[in-house]
Amino acid sequence: MTAPGQRSRTPERVFYALALLAVVLPLLTLAGLLYGVLQNGAERLSWDFLTSYPSRKPLLAGILPGLVGSFLLMVLTALIALPLGVGAAIHLEEYGKRSRWSRFIELNIANLAGVPSIVYGLLGLGLFVRTLHLGRSLLAGACTLSLLVLPMVVMVSREALRTVPHHLREASYALGATRWATVRQIVLPMAYPGILTGAILALSRAIGETAPLVVVGALTYITFVPDGLDAPFTALPIQIFNWVSRPQRGFVINAAAAIVVLLLTMLVLNGAAIYLRNRLQRKSS
Amino acid sequence: MLSTALNSTPPPDPSPVKVSVESVRAWFGTLEVLHGITMPVADRSVTAIIGPSGCGKSTLIRSLNRMHELSEGARIEGRVALDGIDIYGKDVDPVLLRRRIGMVFQKPNPFPSMSVRDNVLSGLRLTGSLRATRAEEVVEQALRDAALWDEVKDRLNAPGIGLSGGQQQRLCIARSLAVSPEVLLMDEPCSALDPIATSRIEDLIHTLKESYTIAIVTHNMQQAARVSDYTAFLLSGDLVEFSETNRLFTSPRDSRTEDYITGKFG
Amino acid sequence: MRASDAISMPHTAQRAEPAIHGTPPWSERAAEVLLAACGLVTVLTTLGILSVLAVESFGFLRQVGLFALLFDTQWTPLFSDKHFGIWPLLAGTLLTSLIAIVVALPLGLLSAIFMSELADARWRKLLKPALELLAGVPTIVYGYFALVVVTPALQAIIPGLSGFNALGAGIVMGIMVTPMIASLAEDALYAVPRNLREAAYALGAGQVPTIARVVVPAALGGIAASVILALSRAVGETMIVAIAAGQEPHLTLDPRVPIETMTAYIVQVSMGDTPAGTLEYRTIFVVGSALFLMTLCMNVLSYRLARRFQGNR
Repeated sequence: MTAPGQRSRTPERVFYALALLAVVLPLLTLAGLLYGVLQNGAERLSWDFLTSYPSRKPLLAGILPGLVGSFLLMVLTALIALPLGVGAAIHLEEYGKRSRWSRFIELNIANLAGVPSIVYGLLGLGLFVRTLHLGRSLLAGACTLSLLVLPMVVMVSREALRTVPHHLREASYALGATRWATVRQIVLPMAYPGILTGAILALSRAIGETAPLVVVGALTYITFVPDGLDAPFTALPIQIFNWVSRPQRGFVINAAAAIVVLLLTMLVLNGAAIYLRNRLQRKSS
Repeated sequence: MLSTALNSTPPPDPSPVKVSVESVRAWFGTLEVLHGITMPVADRSVTAIIGPSGCGKSTLIRSLNRMHELSEGARIEGRVALDGIDIYGKDVDPVLLRRRIGMVFQKPNPFPSMSVRDNVLSGLRLTGSLRATRAEEVVEQALRDAALWDEVKDRLNAPGIGLSGGQQQRLCIARSLAVSPEVLLMDEPCSALDPIATSRIEDLIHTLKESYTIAIVTHNMQQAARVSDYTAFLLSGDLVEFSETNRLFTSPRDSRTEDYITGKFG
Repeated sequence: MRASDAISMPHTAQRAEPAIHGTPPWSERAAEVLLAACGLVTVLTTLGILSVLAVESFGFLRQVGLFALLFDTQWTPLFSDKHFGIWPLLAGTLLTSLIAIVVALPLGLLSAIFMSELADARWRKLLKPALELLAGVPTIVYGYFALVVVTPALQAIIPGLSGFNALGAGIVMGIMVTPMIASLAEDALYAVPRNLREAAYALGAGQVPTIARVVVPAALGGIAASVILALSRAVGETMIVAIAAGQEPHLTLDPRVPIETMTAYIVQVSMGDTPAGTLEYRTIFVVGSALFLMTLCMNVLSYRLARRFQGNR
């Protein structure tokens, strides 16, 4: 019995414990998942694994086409999505911020950010693969992924542009500079670290995307690496998908190993983004 | 002539008008902040604009180099003539105008990622008018004109923001001067500075007015009295009085001017 | 009276140089146009999605008709006996998504309460980015987890659980969207004004009743918005359900049997050899249209709820 004038603290402690559990449980689950994947897949990780082609025999199969495909997709997506995304962000932040047109674009971007990724795959299939006759090619896959990450690139770039204080733009205009000269010489150099970081983060998200690539026609079993923009292609997540769907235990282990490679790649990319941001920010201050 | 109107002995060289403000009205959205200002800005002199907070001084000075219109919902009516040509005229490019009328701001704003040298040259680079062979000359001349050369000549490569507040402001002045304007607008240039830095800038203004037309907004009446040749007193968007500084401070014509300068409000 | 009437000064001579008249250089105009074009791409993307979905869906509807789509109870477009009722796919999607929310809502809300009301700054600094990690894991990894780890574990507890089922996939989806609810609900809770809490404390209420009866209800709009957004995310999720929930459309609410979601169907057809222009090809766009419409409505609803909630404060 609690003494008179005192309140039992038990409900609060129980609640605290429950709430803490709620936070920790998903994290523990994730940790368990990662540990399990590592355990399963580690035995398969080897140089051979990284440089072999898929095969009907699990022990001979490798992820080379998937690695190369993912790498090429990232490069192409970066080349397409970054200029478009940064350009759109500059347009929204520096030119006519409050106009109805700008608000319409903002609305579009907010909307697009919530569209399921598989719908982008359908867009890619209908527009790039069929209407523009790009076929089930590397280029079609890259264009599709570019549209998918475009909203994120725009949003991150806008954040970066906003960190440039307004009075520096004023100083530039007062010197008789045009808007584009101000953007090019004053704003962009200062926003550059944020834009770069955001770009890497967007690409790191894109590298894990599977659904849109499946719809656009990434192959799950190819025995060559893409040799051109119009070539058929595959990607690392596609390879994982294919292996996970097979009943043989050997392929499940392969899938685990490929997942480890994928996660390591994302870790490196994210780490690079954070490192670059810190380095560049320190340099400019 | 200026002298006859002011009923005093004629000054040796009556100044011609460099910038003429004629019935200028300004709005932020639907709020009218300037109600029809007409005043001259005399050539190679210092014209001070004083008044309590919110009276429209900043808006007025920013309407002289078409910076006001860069704000959200800003609008201007009226005429501002530079050498007789309306800067709000039909084919006028504000960008070109701002190369003839420069501005220094309240908080010194050198470009943080640039060195002292690059800051001075930034105006020329931004306007595409830098001739690389003359760069060093331009830097030295502008820094000398801004009375900063001796202090920074050994650290031209140091970052601009590493200088003290007063030095940064003189750096901004040098940056503006490098573009060779004819008019220099100063919006409370000393209010973020300590008294010593302030007096150095005031000395600089004395020197600069021999070559440039200067208009300065200040909330510090003593500064206006020290530094300017003509003073305009603004109150709630109206020009209450304009005259030679001496006259305005010793025998103001309007009772509101007198109340302000004697500290009854403000 | 104009103060300067009494003063007349001569004006400086009109000068021709340097001119202030002129038009901006062509590079300026070109830059402006190019940048606007970049902005235009986003609008074109939306138009592209709408037109691709609409064109193929209309083609389908002309052949099959809206009635069959809405009122048949079987979905067998790939078999010889073709049925085009979308309900089995809808049921599969809703079943897995609802299981996900059942998992994510308590976990997410409690996490949000923990971080907003209970935790001190140290915990929050550590846990908030950690929760964000959950959202950053590629969904294919979650799919692997659902099939290879969760389902076998569940099979040990639940007899008769099939290898492909909605439960395992739903649970894993729940873990995936927990950070979404946690983060948005935390913002909503954090935004509840201090004086509401203080009023409750001043009446002698303890922390738990205050949170449960005062803070959470005050943040209800924002919390609801976060749940709907998470639901929208779960509805649009593909890989987890494609790997672990099955590819057999059944009109059922039993979480233990294989089902097929809308997204998994699109994947199934895409992996096959369906030629363009055929009815089967068009079905993925019809399903895609339904998916798009559902997530659009949920996103708009969530946005409106969040806005109205903020406006009420």
